Amino acid sequence: MNQKLKALYDDLKARGLSPEQEKRILAELNDESTHELPLFSERSGDPRKPSDEIYQANDLAMLQNMTLDRFPYTTCLQSLDELLERDLLREKDGFPRKIRVGRLVKPVKGGKGKVVVVPTTVEEKFIHDNSFNPQDEEESSGGSGEGEEGEIIGEQPVRPEGGEGAGPGQGEGGPHEMESSAYDLGKILTEKFELPHLKDKGKKRSLTRYTYDMTDKNRGFGQVLDKKATLRQIVETNIALGNIPDVYDIDPMKFVISPRDKIYRILSREKDYESQAIVFFLRDYSGSMIGKPTELIVSQHVLVYSWLLYQYDKQVETRFILHDTEAKEVPDFYTYYNSKVAGGTKVSSAFKLVNEIVEKENLVTDYNIYVFHGTDGDDWDTDGKESIPEIKKMLLYANRIGITIAEHGMGRSGNTEVERYMVKSNLLKERPEQIRLDTLPKDADEPRLIEGIKKLISFERARAPLS
Amino acid sequence: MELINQHTKKIMEGCKERAKDQGLSFNEETLEYIVTNRDLIELSPKVMIPTLYDYWVHDVEVLKEKGKYELYPGNPYETVINTQPAISFYNDNNPDWLNVMIFYHVIGHIDFFQNNIFFKHTWDYDFTARALSDKRLIARLRSEKGRFLDYVIEFARSIDNIVGYHNELSLLNTPHKTRKEKRTDYYFDVFLQSEKKVSISQYIKEIEKYNDLKSRFRDAAEESFFAEIEKKHPEFEPLFNKYLDKKTDRKSDLLQYLSDHSPFINKEENSWIKPVLEVVRTTSIFFQPQIRTKIMNEGWASYWHEALFLADDRIKGHEVDYSRINAGVTAMPRVGLNPYALGMRMFHYLEEIGNKGKYTYDFQKIKDANERKTYDAKQGQGREFIFNIRENYCDFTFINTFLDQDFMTKNDLFVVGKRLNNERMVYEYYIKSKKAEDYRQMLIDLLYHPPFIEIDEAQSKNGALYLNHRFEGKPLVTEYIANTMMGIEYLLGAPVQLETSEVTMTQAGQTAPFLLPGVPVPPPPQPDEAQARTISWQRVLYTMDKKKLTKKKL
Repeated sequence: MNQKLKALYDDLKARGLSPEQEKRILAELNDESTHELPLFSERSGDPRKPSDEIYQANDLAMLQNMTLDRFPYTTCLQSLDELLERDLLREKDGFPRKIRVGRLVKPVKGGKGKVVVVPTTVEEKFIHDNSFNPQDEEESSGGSGEGEEGEIIGEQPVRPEGGEGAGPGQGEGGPHEMESSAYDLGKILTEKFELPHLKDKGKKRSLTRYTYDMTDKNRGFGQVLDKKATLRQIVETNIALGNIPDVYDIDPMKFVISPRDKIYRILSREKDYESQAIVFFLRDYSGSMIGKPTELIVSQHVLVYSWLLYQYDKQVETRFILHDTEAKEVPDFYTYYNSKVAGGTKVSSAFKLVNEIVEKENLVTDYNIYVFHGTDGDDWDTDGKESIPEIKKMLLYANRIGITIAEHGMGRSGNTEVERYMVKSNLLKERPEQIRLDTLPKDADEPRLIEGIKKLISFERARAPLS
Repeated sequence: MELINQHTKKIMEGCKERAKDQGLSFNEETLEYIVTNRDLIELSPKVMIPTLYDYWVHDVEVLKEKGKYELYPGNPYETVINTQPAISFYNDNNPDWLNVMIFYHVIGHIDFFQNNIFFKHTWDYDFTARALSDKRLIARLRSEKGRFLDYVIEFARSIDNIVGYHNELSLLNTPHKTRKEKRTDYYFDVFLQSEKKVSISQYIKEIEKYNDLKSRFRDAAEESFFAEIEKKHPEFEPLFNKYLDKKTDRKSDLLQYLSDHSPFINKEENSWIKPVLEVVRTTSIFFQPQIRTKIMNEGWASYWHEALFLADDRIKGHEVDYSRINAGVTAMPRVGLNPYALGMRMFHYLEEIGNKGKYTYDFQKIKDANERKTYDAKQGQGREFIFNIRENYCDFTFINTFLDQDFMTKNDLFVVGKRLNNERMVYEYYIKSKKAEDYRQMLIDLLYHPPFIEIDEAQSKNGALYLNHRFEGKPLVTEYIANTMMGIEYLLGAPVQLETSEVTMTQAGQTAPFLLPGVPVPPPPQPDEAQARTISWQRVLYTMDKKKLTKKKL
């Protein structure tokens, strides 16, 4: 057992813990796993149903070993834009939309992360619901070989061993995927899911970025003849030459035109003014985050990242912070996305690190700052004694703090430690324009995640804490 | 896509000869194409039919949600398609011996397509050619009608799984009736019962009279029988004529009904919708037998690729290579199902039964296990027996009739259960049952079976359409009901109602405890507690009116 953690635990214990809390803390404490990145991505167990086994087996795969892995973007007959446009028209025609944004595939090492947008749809029909009976959850399938009735012939861990697979998206990626950039995804999120446009883009600041426009005028040569300006120049020249005796009766046929009278517009460099943002993504990667909570959090963070990327027209800087009892900044999205879960939980450590970074780099003056934090709601700092002051400090400068709690289903919903102390602190009610909290149920799906993002980033004054 | 080369084609022709010698029967002409991955990408959304009509959903990934296979009758990656001539697809770099194996497999499929009676409606025309003309029609209409064409396709496809496939088959198998036969049918089935409303004793008297005449005068009987009726009921003949005029033999499915009766579609300006519905309908009906014979079809093809490959003199020296591939295809998994392996073993088993004469009543009477095992009447009719089965059965009848305890025992089959072991945090796979009836039931539950939804004209009032879902122990997927009904409403131009059954839970489901490694687990719920929860069913009526869905209990 890690000595430092042990000390922390003893300290907490001395201050008094309920047996339930103690149990959870011990579970994380005794967990031997580490945060290393997965060595290679492996296909997670295919939870195919036996019915699919009958109908998905096919000659091409079985006999000729021909399978389709990916659906390359280029072979699609229609682009994502076209599909979405079509979807928008559906609404106009009075039919519900049909296209959804599907799975997101893990980022690649090195880059900031490749986001894959999979437009999906389902053709709705009258079909039998085979899973209508929740009590009858025991699946049955066929089998063959030796053994007596009742004999156990195999086991499969409920969750993959030792935190494997905690990095979501491992080996994900079925057939028919269409690649797109995170920017595209942000666009889709904004347009299609009606995520709000940022109204307040903050103070305009000049960037070292230029756009080119036909704003400058030039005499004699250029790209486009500015007719009005040219005519004016000609008139001026002719007045100077005494060529126009009566201004009320001008005969243009008699104009003398010098080549230098021609005025053109030429391309010129313009300074661009835009606001920019910095986003801190904070993720709890303690032992209790294993499985679904981590998956939900990172998926949501990918979406948030994409949305901001679009909103700020790519002028977004991202910082990634992982924390268990201690926080550390990681260089890229890949590490952020894939680091395995382990260790204990101290939410305050991450907030503290953000405050430190902002202060040290003096980010306040130059950036709109967003902080998104994802956790399962466990915190060894049960009452938020350390977290709340850090959050208050953060509220001094942050445009928005969004906290997502992905519940792992233990205990009552809306009763996690983080949620409790957040509610108790009253910050959510006092500063709804700055801080939001969303609690995701364990079985949240893509639309629910997007719903969650809306709650985290919308501008309407939120009703009481969202659950 | 290009044709295979002459060398490979020659191998295929050799395979065909050998297959014919063994009694397989199929059309001589076939087409074999080399496909690349890129071709597959284009072909797979179109169920491997290169000429299928274009539709935007083909360009989007379809969510692999629950019951995906319930939504589509066709398998997206088939090596051979049921066309005239049959078309099959091959990888570029298969070695010759592997091609021999695949060719035999393909020939097995072709034989199955062209002889199994569930495919009868596909025998008279070439689907690819028809699909091509349909594709052109759709393309032309799309240029005229724009996105509304796609809406029509979408809504038609949303009900294409409840097409009257069996109606279509029964039409093909019903002998044509003469006017005389129809008259007899009409007299006894309609005239006496509905028009005259005679008592049962009178009815029986009439039948006896008819049978009596028939036995005495044979062919002349009808004439004298009806001559008498003419005298007794002068109104009979006109009524019968009226009945003939009115009655069409067609029992229509929902798509046909909409096409015939929808006030919306029958408007002058909407007449273009009719051919679109027909395209969707025929396409669906074409694929229907495919998914209903998956186990048999793959079993049959695997049976033959094995039998024919091992007898083929051209590939000596590749037995080991073959065995490795073949084992991958036809091995029975320890846990799971493999249609190839299961179907092939069934055919082997049935061949043995045929050879030993075990399908006879004499054998059925034997109860002694040892005697059953050693029984051999040396009938030697195994091949004949399985050829007959491949002609007349589909997956359901195949499994329901032939998968018996002897087969289970012979192949060490069992039903596997999967349960959660809370203490060890693992799913345990265990042998749940070795009984044939349980295995059969497990398989039958997995088979493709679209809901049976019929039009209830008696209940359709005020222009609204009343659909009745016949309850078969399962509810419909609730999320899909609204949009499906909205589509029907659009095509009908009037409100739609659907009567179906839904589960009403007596007790809320208990949330599963969340478990952490190393933390003791709460004791599992008491068994009687679990049993106390039962399911009860409620008939409900959905109404879709102006795109608003309402539900009420019946």
